[in-house]
Amino acid sequence: MNDMRLIQRTVDMHETKIRASGVDVFYGDNHAIKDVSVYIEDKTVTAFIGPSGCGKSTFLRCLNRMNDTIPICRVTGKITLDDEDIYDPKVDPVQLRAKVGMVFQKPNPFPKSIYDNVAYGPRIHGLAGDKSELDEIVEKSLRRAALWGEVKDRLAEPGTGLSGGQQQRLCIARAVATAPEVLLMDEPCSALDPIATAQVEELIDELKQNYSVVIVTHSMQQAARVSQKTAFFHLGNLVEYGETGKIFTNPEDSRTESYITGRIG
Amino acid sequence: MTDMTAGASAAPKSSLLAQDERTRRRNAAEARFKLYGVIAITLAIVALLFLMVSIMKNGSGAFFQTFVTLEVELLEDKLDKNGNRDPAEMAKVTTFGYSPLIKDAMAKVVADNGIEIDGLKKPEDLISKEAAAQMRNFVLAHPEMVGETRPFEFVASGRIDGYYKGRVTMESAARDSNISPEQLQLADALKAAGALETRFNWSFITWPDASENRPEVSGLGVAIIGSLYMMLVVLALALPIGVAASIYLEEFAPKNRFTDLIEVNISNLAAVPSIVFGILGLAIFINFAGLPQSAPIVGGLVLSLMTLPRIIIPARAAIQAVPPSIREAALGVGASKMQTVFHHVLPLAAPGILTGLIIGLAQALGETAPLLLIGMVAFVREYPAGPPEGLFDPATALPVQVYNWTQRADPAFVERASGAIIVLLVFLMVMNTLAIILRSRFERRW
Ligand SMILES: Nc1ncnc2c1ncn2[C@@H]1O[C@H](COP(=O)(O)OP(=O)(O)OP(=O)(O)O)[C@@H](O)[C@H]1O
Ligand SMILES: [Mg+2]
Repeated sequence: MNDMRLIQRTVDMHETKIRASGVDVFYGDNHAIKDVSVYIEDKTVTAFIGPSGCGKSTFLRCLNRMNDTIPICRVTGKITLDDEDIYDPKVDPVQLRAKVGMVFQKPNPFPKSIYDNVAYGPRIHGLAGDKSELDEIVEKSLRRAALWGEVKDRLAEPGTGLSGGQQQRLCIARAVATAPEVLLMDEPCSALDPIATAQVEELIDELKQNYSVVIVTHSMQQAARVSQKTAFFHLGNLVEYGETGKIFTNPEDSRTESYITGRIG
Repeated sequence: MTDMTAGASAAPKSSLLAQDERTRRRNAAEARFKLYGVIAITLAIVALLFLMVSIMKNGSGAFFQTFVTLEVELLEDKLDKNGNRDPAEMAKVTTFGYSPLIKDAMAKVVADNGIEIDGLKKPEDLISKEAAAQMRNFVLAHPEMVGETRPFEFVASGRIDGYYKGRVTMESAARDSNISPEQLQLADALKAAGALETRFNWSFITWPDASENRPEVSGLGVAIIGSLYMMLVVLALALPIGVAASIYLEEFAPKNRFTDLIEVNISNLAAVPSIVFGILGLAIFINFAGLPQSAPIVGGLVLSLMTLPRIIIPARAAIQAVPPSIREAALGVGASKMQTVFHHVLPLAAPGILTGLIIGLAQALGETAPLLLIGMVAFVREYPAGPPEGLFDPATALPVQVYNWTQRADPAFVERASGAIIVLLVFLMVMNTLAIILRSRFERRW
């Protein structure tokens, strides 16, 4: 827990990347997110923790408007990215999602080759001028996702033929290949072994230099290891939000304390 | 608790090697179910084989044809009285002018081969009535040949053809006003002399239909072209419209009462009897839009209307079956809705869409009822022109030709109809094979 205090000193100097105020989300009549206000800093890792079904994924999906694709889902309140309202009618969600990348809870590689999985984003956004540049992006992304060594000899093979954990890292590679400003990761390590988990955490640490990363996790240790800010959700409410060190050592709310110590969840 | 453990230990321990009563019953039920399945499939195969064999037996004869070869003298004073070889003038001689030449040639071949048959009348009836027209066409195309003697291969008449296919016998000929046993004897004699033979012939596929009393020269040419044109129209209309409609309804359309209504109506349309589409076509395309009757374009339009819902329903099912996580993945990396659909959803749905399309086309190919209403049942001997003008020329269609021939009195047409069914089945099999090949080619096994 010592290194945590070390991190604590370096935070609070970053500007706010995403600011959510008074966000409510409804799935039909189900009130999944209740009046959540939170700010997410640039060049920072923010962890969302909370018991299953509390709305972590739902809130995360609000940040790149993935909830638009669910017909019964209704989002109210205001969310800004760099002080621009992302729910403004003038905003094209496609443009938003190029800036705010996402790794989903369940690995969902395209039924295409490993190479094409990673190259798809850069291709449609025109990030690579020619084939060699694209090759470079693919290799770099796969390296960052700690997958390069395992797949470098079989880039033409289908991405769906990889193991669950490899698929998840492929999805991470796919997300970082488009160079998003914010990366949303929904339990990226739930299917990974400790070694791959450590590599992904290393990646998150590295991404933090330039991007803002939001990670949903069920592992307290992971939240404590990688994040500088932690938000604790419970039954659709944001119970507590603050420095990771403080949340884990000295939570203000009794629910946070119970969850962290394993009494609710 | 203690009682139960005591009871359990008192009971003999069950062995894995011996099946208990429940397992036996379960296995017996499973075996029974498998048996029912095998019986059902066997029945289906037997029925199919029976169908195939009977059609083959009846219809394969249509691909064989009996021919008589005669040396015909193209007499100048009959065919070109003025002797100037002007085709326009020679065209004034009708087929009646040619018949005597065939009659003479026939009499000569009988005499030359020393064939003597008591009571033989009209030996020229062995030759199809079409022969004179065949000769006339040849002479008009080659006027310089007039005056010469050259061999002609004439189609034998339907009865003679039937004699070599077992349809006509000496007994039936005795009762038949169109053929006599003596003529059959003559045919046998000619066959022995090498002037008559029955052999495989493609003309059944290429010739147009012929009139009631000339079954031997009737063919499927016009019907095949008509069917082909209609399939082209259906493909050109129903494929893009059907696929576009299913993509729009599945991926872009808002889900509301109106789209629900459309959905219900598409399902209803798929269940509407095809003859209703025929009435619709008659009312709209012919009576209202003024398109010609019997034209493949109208048939194609009607069949397109009929096929559309049958393409849209499987196409929508195929699109629906694409896992939503793929769409999320694409949207998540910043693909637009359109890119998501065309890069990811469509390739995955393609096998299903294609299968639906080809089954829809196959159904359209075999459809008869709506075509009867728009006049495709007419007797057409002229080949339609090449596309696109040919789409407006009168034509028939394969299934209608089958229907047509089964209505005719001469038993030779039964054979022709069965032959047409074989052709239709071959087309359908080719289409289904194509569907399977395309499906496996597009199928992603990963
Ligand atoms: N597509 C959906 N349609 C309807 N309700 C949904 C949908 N997705 C989530 N919900 C509901 O919203 C609530 C929050 O779900 P969410 O997926 O955000 O939970 P979570 O915190 O991510 O849980 P977990 O840790 O298990 O992933 C739940 O009550 C869930 O039933
Ligand atoms: Mg979740």
